[in-house]
Amino acid sequence: MQSNEILLEVMDLNKTFPVKKEKLYAVNHVSFSLQKGECLGIVGESGCGKSTLARMIAGITPTSDGKVLLEGKDYIGLKGGEKRRFRRNIQMVFQDPLSSFSPRMKVGTYLMEARRNFDGISKAEGLKEVGRLLQEVGLPEEFVSRYPHELSGGQLQRVAIARAISIQPKLLICDEATGALDVSIQNQIAQLLVKLVEEKNIGCLFIGHDLALVRSVSQRIAVMYLGRIVELLESETLGEKAMHPYTKMLLGSIFDVYCDQNEEIAAPKGEPPSPLKIRKGCAFAERCSWCSEKCKENVPPLQEVEPGHKVACFQFTE
Amino acid sequence: MKSKKKIWIRFGISAAFAVIFLLFALFAGKFAPYDPLETHYTDLLKAPCKQYLLGTDQMGRDIFSRILYGGKTSLLIAFAVTAIISVVGILVGTAAGFWGGAFDAVLMRLSDMLMAFPGSIFTIALVSFLGTGLPNLILAMTLTGWTYYARISRSLVLSIKNNTYIEQARLGGANNFRIMTGYIIPNVMPSLLVNITQDIGSKLLTIAGLSLLGLGSQPPTPEWGYMLSEGKDYMYSAPWMLMAPGMVILINVIIFNLLGDCIQDLMNPKGKK
Repeated sequence: MQSNEILLEVMDLNKTFPVKKEKLYAVNHVSFSLQKGECLGIVGESGCGKSTLARMIAGITPTSDGKVLLEGKDYIGLKGGEKRRFRRNIQMVFQDPLSSFSPRMKVGTYLMEARRNFDGISKAEGLKEVGRLLQEVGLPEEFVSRYPHELSGGQLQRVAIARAISIQPKLLICDEATGALDVSIQNQIAQLLVKLVEEKNIGCLFIGHDLALVRSVSQRIAVMYLGRIVELLESETLGEKAMHPYTKMLLGSIFDVYCDQNEEIAAPKGEPPSPLKIRKGCAFAERCSWCSEKCKENVPPLQEVEPGHKVACFQFTE
Repeated sequence: MKSKKKIWIRFGISAAFAVIFLLFALFAGKFAPYDPLETHYTDLLKAPCKQYLLGTDQMGRDIFSRILYGGKTSLLIAFAVTAIISVVGILVGTAAGFWGGAFDAVLMRLSDMLMAFPGSIFTIALVSFLGTGLPNLILAMTLTGWTYYARISRSLVLSIKNNTYIEQARLGGANNFRIMTGYIIPNVMPSLLVNITQDIGSKLLTIAGLSLLGLGSQPPTPEWGYMLSEGKDYMYSAPWMLMAPGMVILINVIIFNLLGDCIQDLMNPKGKK
């Protein structure tokens, strides 16, 4: 149900942290756009800046530089009550289910929080709605009076999703929402997300490190490496058309059920360099088998190689 | 893990005792057989007997009645002081932890200054400066006591302020007031409640101690600490004069400590320590 209206536009977004006298780029000149009803997956190793990116878009972490527009409105600089009211447009589901619940707040209260804060509905109305919400994410209604520690991780994550969609946000950000769950449950949660996002025509940013899972959920995938997007392409063509050496490396390291234990996995060689020690040139240069002199000198820009497919690698953009 | 039932029983017993003592203190007039100030010149220093349950003192006053009326002074002041210092301390500490910055720095330096003096010595100094008497005693104990609660609640707030669920609450449209009342207070209160309950016992001791030194209640008002002080002169000839107030202080301190302990066990929603 993708329309061609642009929902979210991220332009040249940066996040730097001062470290001694230098700047650490956690997110480095990231630009992309998201259409209404589209799900964009963001993958990358731990520490590549995907969570920071998500938190900036959600307005939790302040940005250093750049613009983020939701339906053409630059909301990053909003203050006070205006900022609070704008928050209903963007909701987020966090990685660790248990820590995103107050241990002393019952599930029912948690679920109606957003509606009560934004729409001022009464407790009785809230309770009615909570029952409906729980049903929608496939949980029994008795959960209303349970405490978070009485639920499993997967159930909690369903509750968190239910609350996020309760106020009909325009954008839903899932920051490794399935990362802390069992593999069997991961898939259920991912399916639930896809279903809800489609039904309600919500834009979705799905962040994860599991390429296979992210791919199954999203229409497009952005691959991040050390704060930059290195490749942006459609999920369906990921297997055949992936170009960037880093994306290929990630693809090569996916396990599947029939994999041969004796076969060497094409896991990424080497460690990602510390973001503090990034030299000039392509950040991936040290781990790249294709690396040329030019890569060590200049940063490859993210360029379109064919419609809907962008790569940041000199190999293809010359 | 202790069984929940056992904890409830312990809680019930200690709460029942606390309530009984409180009722005795509040309705001392209904239970006391004599006027606490009434002197019986023919019955000086009488040992406990049927007529005087806990004996009489050097002026022939009924000790049982004086204990009951004394509870009114001792217990109610202990409650009042604890209530005032906990409310003030928690408000200040929560605000300091929540907003941080200069506000936090100023308040915490102030509390550092107050904490630099040993509490009871500072209280004694304040009372002697303000003048003896119960209102001044309350004032002095409040001035020295609030820092303790401010410290605890501040550190509790700091430890939960950066939790994901606070971020989640903000995303859910909660304003500062809602975050305070809906998330922070419910999560810091249980630990504080334990401190508060146990503090009633220690405040009781402080009041008794100051009265013993003659800095609290003034004669002839009955008060446990002061009764101890009167009794010490007759330790050998009339030990009951010491025993009675000593025991009630001891029992009350134990009760409030036990109560705090049970609350700690019960307040944990996960049901384990």
